[in-house]
Amino acid sequence: MKNKKLLSLVLVSVLAISLLFSACGGGDTIKIGMIMPITGQVATYGVQSANAAKMFAEELNAAGGINGKKIELIIEDDEATPAKTTNAFKKLVSSDKVVGLVGALTSKCSLAITNEAQQKKIVMISPSSTNDTVTSAGNFIFRACYNDSFQGQVVAQFAYETLQGKTAAILFDNANDYSKGLTQNFKDKFLALGGTIVAEESYATNDTDFNAQLTKIAGTSPDVLFLPDYYSTVSVISKQVRALGITVPMLGADGWDEITNNAGDEVLDCYYSNHYAPDANDPEVKKFVSSYQAKYDGVTPNALAALAYDSMNILTDAIAKAGTDPDKLQAAMMETNKKFVTGQVKFNELRNPVKSAVMLKIVKGADGKLATEYSGTVNP
Amino acid sequence: MLTKVRSFPLLLVLTVLIIGVIAVFIRIGVINDYAAQILSFAGINVIIALGLNLITGFTGQLALGHAGFMAIGAYAAAVSVMQFNMPIFVGVIIGGIVTSVFGLVIGFPTLRLKGDYLAIVTLAFGEIIRVILVNMDALTGGAAGLKGVPYFVSKETIEKNPNAILWVPVLSFIFITLSVVIVLALVHNLLNSSYGRAIISVREDEVASGSMGVGTFRYKMIAFIISAFIAGVGGGLYAFLFNYLNPTDFNFIRSVDFLIIVVFGGMGSLTGTIVAGYLLTYLQEALRFLQDYRLVIYPLLLIIMMIFRPGGILGSREFSPTRLIHLKSFKKALQRETAAEREETK
Amino acid sequence: MLLQQLINGFTLGFIYALIALGYTMVYGIVRLINFAHGDMLMLGAYTGFFVLNAFGATPSTLILALFVSMFVCAIIGVAIERAFYKPLRNAPRINILIVAIGASLLIENGSRILPFMGPNPRQYPQLEATSTITEVMGQRVVLSKQDVIVVVVSLIMMASLGYVVKFTKIGKAMRSVSQDTRAASLMGINVNRIISFTFAIGSAMAAVAGVLFASKYPQVQPYMGILPGLKAFVAAVLGGIGSIPGAMIGGIILGITEILSKAYISSKLADAVVFGILVLILMVRPTGIMGKSLKEKV
Repeated sequence: MKNKKLLSLVLVSVLAISLLFSACGGGDTIKIGMIMPITGQVATYGVQSANAAKMFAEELNAAGGINGKKIELIIEDDEATPAKTTNAFKKLVSSDKVVGLVGALTSKCSLAITNEAQQKKIVMISPSSTNDTVTSAGNFIFRACYNDSFQGQVVAQFAYETLQGKTAAILFDNANDYSKGLTQNFKDKFLALGGTIVAEESYATNDTDFNAQLTKIAGTSPDVLFLPDYYSTVSVISKQVRALGITVPMLGADGWDEITNNAGDEVLDCYYSNHYAPDANDPEVKKFVSSYQAKYDGVTPNALAALAYDSMNILTDAIAKAGTDPDKLQAAMMETNKKFVTGQVKFNELRNPVKSAVMLKIVKGADGKLATEYSGTVNP
Repeated sequence: MLTKVRSFPLLLVLTVLIIGVIAVFIRIGVINDYAAQILSFAGINVIIALGLNLITGFTGQLALGHAGFMAIGAYAAAVSVMQFNMPIFVGVIIGGIVTSVFGLVIGFPTLRLKGDYLAIVTLAFGEIIRVILVNMDALTGGAAGLKGVPYFVSKETIEKNPNAILWVPVLSFIFITLSVVIVLALVHNLLNSSYGRAIISVREDEVASGSMGVGTFRYKMIAFIISAFIAGVGGGLYAFLFNYLNPTDFNFIRSVDFLIIVVFGGMGSLTGTIVAGYLLTYLQEALRFLQDYRLVIYPLLLIIMMIFRPGGILGSREFSPTRLIHLKSFKKALQRETAAEREETK
Repeated sequence: MLLQQLINGFTLGFIYALIALGYTMVYGIVRLINFAHGDMLMLGAYTGFFVLNAFGATPSTLILALFVSMFVCAIIGVAIERAFYKPLRNAPRINILIVAIGASLLIENGSRILPFMGPNPRQYPQLEATSTITEVMGQRVVLSKQDVIVVVVSLIMMASLGYVVKFTKIGKAMRSVSQDTRAASLMGINVNRIISFTFAIGSAMAAVAGVLFASKYPQVQPYMGILPGLKAFVAAVLGGIGSIPGAMIGGIILGITEILSKAYISSKLADAVVFGILVLILMVRPTGIMGKSLKEKV
């Protein structure tokens, strides 16, 4: 047994040393890292984000790269698990020596690496982490999307002012930081506007039966029902909502994106806030949507893909201006002020972009399938 | 046992030497941050797998909730350091102690029963613990997780001397690998004592050993509580290595990861667990390109191993230490054993 | 509202009962907690998904879906038993438990990578929704078509199973193998065949549960069977593992308890309550409500 112990320790050192050689650095490319959940629970978002980023990298390289140098996009999978995000981060920074990082997707994964990114002075821009505390780790952490606090307020404002709802009920996922954050912010704004929250019920991730909570909610007769969760859960909830005879409009946030492919008539005339509307008339949006559809089998890119595309754009613009020196790059990022696919991006002192949200309404398209219809912009 | 004494200091020196060499490599950058992280992470996996092997491999009771124990240890350690200002290694020990209390609570109703109930109860416990952790917002940060957990180097030291940051991967590695050695020694000594013999007898034939006067419930509890303690220690170390805790990290998949390490290494073999732990952690990173297929290959390998080679890669035969001092006599002993086995089965 | 919650609890409970039946039968016969059982539910649901997508969702296609999924899952269940569990029949129990876990993970993750199943949740075709909203005893009660179907089909399945076990020759063989395997084989019973048959029936029950589950909660995804499977196991233990009426009772009690916990205690802690019941039962009455203690002979 003792000899085996020795053998195993030697084996380990050999393995460790071999890991060094995975970092074959050098070469004439500018390396940009990306951490996305290519597999796992939210893989739909991760895959589209990665595809959009790849598309951007190809477009940029075809146009000559950054000041003549091509960029190399290295994408690592974190399976939406914070521990794997940390490992992926270390690999990208120590082994691949990237100059900037686009990621992570979910807030909890971003939170796992923000402290280290700040310490190591790696510019990190998350396309879609909306939790308010993500950028508080320091001045090297940016995000391309608006915060949960803003989004919750947008929906609350829309519910109260546009839909004229005076009472609201909320059904949220207690084990999901995204859902909880939105609930809190919606509640605060709705109450501030003068509305009343008549019911606040919760469930756990992966629950399938919401009848208990919905029966309680039905008893309070709300004007609107807020469901701040991802589209897959919302599609199950919404069926039970309608089956129990609750006919009021349901509201959601950007997690609802893709619900048109995954639900039936029960979500007609419901609304959700999003980062962009694929059918908007802006030239940036049109170009992005058509290129994505051309490259990826006619699939319309979802909002997170658009955000990933913009994040790449923001980062590479800054690199083009200031080079790869960390402090200069950080300063160049702060100076960003341009219109991208998801709107005008200008960072405030917390490195959050001051952006508008669009409200989308779910309607029946000409082909009988569900589609979204642009229903207004809410400015910050 | 004289021969044991003779080679033990030699082994100790060698181990310290190897750890020292690797540590130096990390400090000077020959081994980069990423590799150091993987080595440290593997060390944690090994520690928890050793704990699991104790209850599952040596006592024969399948436990499927070690991720839950790990979670308790991690949060307890983090909270004791962040809120009560304990030094790091005290935090780790506290993590272990708190977890062993839970082990006591869960083991008590379950281990009294014969049968496979422990598997389901520990599995259920692993799930419940996550539900509870998610709901204790004030203490654990809830669904958003607990961030800003300190490193193995204290914050004040980093603030005073920014260069201290470079020592973090080194210290993590040293701390964790030393813990591996300590846990290994602990378990090894336990198993070679009368406690260990009782534990193994429970695995071999619970009814028979009970009728020989071995208090099977007592020894199952001892093994389970120690196993929980070790898992808690692993969890504490995990907290200080990753600096961010989220309940979703400690799910059933993670419990299965530990089980895979134990099975591949051999369910009654400590060194097998160590080798399998380092190897599998490394493979998880090296085989990133496999993506989704990895999740299919691992269970398939698990099934194949259990059907064709339940002893794991290194086998689970118990060797008496006196025979293993030199490789030559070890080989001879091995030949003798297989010859004897062949004789028996004829 | 209490009445509504009870209805919810009942229908959920029947689904758990169907799954628990499979668990209890397999455990009774080979003393194995078949971790892969919950995944049979998932496979049954996916089969129903394909059938209903191909033929539209009407009451008659639903019956077709039930039969097809029972058939498919019975075959898969027997295949798993023959390939993975049979080689380990005389091995230490822990080995076969681990293989069961491996089988479960294999099915789940395998389904994820199969392109026609895939990792994303898919919408399950539902019948034309008709819920009747009535007033019973002053409380607003909603009864949906799905719920009625669930209850009716479950009762039919349970009755058929009871008939097979009690009144047919093969049922008698099953009972004898679960009582004493060696003696049964000495009596000329082909133990292997009976075991395979048990797995087939158990998997078929889980398949039905899957189709019903998916019509009630219309979404299929590869991991959908884990939580219901686990809870159904708790139900089986609650009712007395090895006892068929126990599984039914356990399932219904568990379903009602889960719904009432969500409604009146806390929706956040409902899962914890369900598993807490498991620990409680093991402490107080390990053989369950209807259980007979399975003596271990040496």
